[in-house]
Amino acid sequence: MKTEITLDGKKIQAQIGKPLIDVASDHGVYIPSLCYMRGKPCLGTCRVCSVRVNGHVMASCTVPVYEGMEVEVDAPDLVDMRKALVEFLFVEGNHNCPSCEKSGRCELQAVGYETGMMVSRFPYRFPVRTRDHASKYIWLERDRCIFCQRCVEFIRDEETGQKIFSIDKRSTHSSIEIDVKLADKMTPKQVKRAADICPVGCIIDKDLGFNKPIGERKYEIKSIKERILKGKTNE
Amino acid sequence: MGQKLVIDPVTRIEGHGKVTIQLDDNNQVVDAKLHVVEFRGFEKFIQGHPYWEAPMLLQRICGICFVSHHLCGAKALDDMVGVGYSKGVNMLPAPEKIRRLGHYAQQLQSHVTAYYYLIVPEMLFGMDAPPEQRNVLGLVEANPELVKRVVELRKWGQEAIKTVLGKRMHGINSIPGGVNKNISIAERDRLLNGEDGLLSMDKVIEYAKEGLEIFYDFHEKNRHQVDTFADVPALNMSLVDENGNVDYYHGNIRITDDDKNIITEMDYHDYLDYFSEATEEWSYMKFPFLKSLGRDAGSVRVGPLARVNVTKSYGTDTPLAKEALERFHDYTKGKANNMTLHTNWARAIEILHSAELIKNLLNDPDLQKENLILTHSKADWTGEGVGVVEAPRGTLLHHYKANQEGNITFCNLVVATTQNNTVMNRTVRSVAEEYLGGNDIITEGMMNAIEVGIRAYDPCLSCATHATGNMPLDVSIYDAKGKLFANKRR
Repeated sequence: MKTEITLDGKKIQAQIGKPLIDVASDHGVYIPSLCYMRGKPCLGTCRVCSVRVNGHVMASCTVPVYEGMEVEVDAPDLVDMRKALVEFLFVEGNHNCPSCEKSGRCELQAVGYETGMMVSRFPYRFPVRTRDHASKYIWLERDRCIFCQRCVEFIRDEETGQKIFSIDKRSTHSSIEIDVKLADKMTPKQVKRAADICPVGCIIDKDLGFNKPIGERKYEIKSIKERILKGKTNE
Repeated sequence: MGQKLVIDPVTRIEGHGKVTIQLDDNNQVVDAKLHVVEFRGFEKFIQGHPYWEAPMLLQRICGICFVSHHLCGAKALDDMVGVGYSKGVNMLPAPEKIRRLGHYAQQLQSHVTAYYYLIVPEMLFGMDAPPEQRNVLGLVEANPELVKRVVELRKWGQEAIKTVLGKRMHGINSIPGGVNKNISIAERDRLLNGEDGLLSMDKVIEYAKEGLEIFYDFHEKNRHQVDTFADVPALNMSLVDENGNVDYYHGNIRITDDDKNIITEMDYHDYLDYFSEATEEWSYMKFPFLKSLGRDAGSVRVGPLARVNVTKSYGTDTPLAKEALERFHDYTKGKANNMTLHTNWARAIEILHSAELIKNLLNDPDLQKENLILTHSKADWTGEGVGVVEAPRGTLLHHYKANQEGNITFCNLVVATTQNNTVMNRTVRSVAEEYLGGNDIITEGMMNAIEVGIRAYDPCLSCATHATGNMPLDVSIYDAKGKLFANKRR
């Protein structure tokens, strides 16, 4: 059933219960996100899709459409807040785009460009994180993890449905972990899928680096905004 | 009373260094040193990274000769994954030629930068000219047409690099076993024919010839100075092909003496059997030398002067450079040329040589081939690789080791400027003795002569020490009691 809501002052018809972030996209309004994947259950971890709904700031991927919604996306304070959230993600980890093979295919980098981030206003934390290269096919580069939990929820052992990736510990001590035994059972297709849905260069397909030339990489061909608005997918 | 002179920083070089000159009570030079006072640590912080990141990360050591570092790393990774020269595997023709194209393009633009922006000002205005004149802005004022051509030449080189590596600086093209992109016909034609705002290949060669003429003219007018300035001995080292001529991308390392006799020739994978490195507490830059000859006799010179000394002849496919090299060789009648300022002659010859090599490559249909990677399997893995290329400043070496998981555990970089450390120090000493020794008054021009000697090597101290920061240099002169007598710093 549809209802009328207001999106940046414009009245639109939207399906009740549909994620607000999808409705915005369908009406040509791009809201950046780093954990949400259209068609998949909402994770709500990155908060980069924050908007204002009836005066309250909330992550638009977590909000289903309801009657009487008044949504603000492009208010200057919200634009700056989303940019600040992206900056937070950069300073929380150790992101070195120049030598990262995900550069040009990285959603964090792409969203950084879309939100106009040039440099972070926050001090870098330089956390000490270890790498995990014990599995046969996957290089886990923890410096780059933004704890979106896509891999945790959407990459599972094909036989048992068990999680292959998990988050250990809490807060600043959080760490992405990999079950090496299950990871070593992954098919090449599944490994590729895991590397593809990782929004940063944390999950790397071993032995396959830099195979796409500069200029032909994913977000150099079509920006993440165009993909979300036209292709309706960030995969 | 003896004095100590300090030049700090030395300018118009890449990186940060200083010179100290110790004078005795009669103002005669008793000691002169080039100190490299920066440190970066790339060899350490690459450890723990996936092996395939090495050529991408380590090229960031330099903003000038990044293609050389990128290719050196790529060659080391070819070895590591089991499809490199260490196993006797030759690269496929197309990727090798594409790598070479990027390499020659970088040599062209790097040499043009060094020659015109850093060196030509002294050639045109003299070492004693006021500092505010002897720089690129002085050149703009004196000869704007020349500077315009230099900018166009550099731009062409940068565009050629971008065509191969995707970006003008720190691009990515070489991956283990080959390259990730070929050169399209449109890209080739753009470089060959030029376009609005981009020179044609023939124009590049014409301008390169003019660069050589500038040296000839300067030499003609200043023959005594050019031929006597820092004539310092050193063995000469270069990568050579099977005919004993320079190969900027691959070959054996050959070392020759003053009579051009071969002292040593080695497969570069065995470099540790031949070379050792000394350290001094006053510099972060090491002093490599041949073990068999010891530190003093076994120090080598690398770079343009060394390469043209080692090389017998260029190929007939680069006729203009071949003719220029013959003129160079005739000048010393078959002996090695140790005249430091002739390095600039050699550099101008190599600009022309690079341009002709590029033209030949651009006309090679292999650049459009699709077969770009030698496939390799886990079974081929060696876990170790050494790559060597002739970078613009000389022989550059990368050596990596990685464990079974692909984690880099060891990295050794021996860069051209490091190889030149001893001969640069000899040059500083020679110039100090000739220009400063015995003088009661030390002029700015005398101090600048020291820098001219260093600049001839176009040293990249940032690469050499894997160090950070821009490239100022400091010259200090101390008296016999160790008191600072004069200092120059920019």
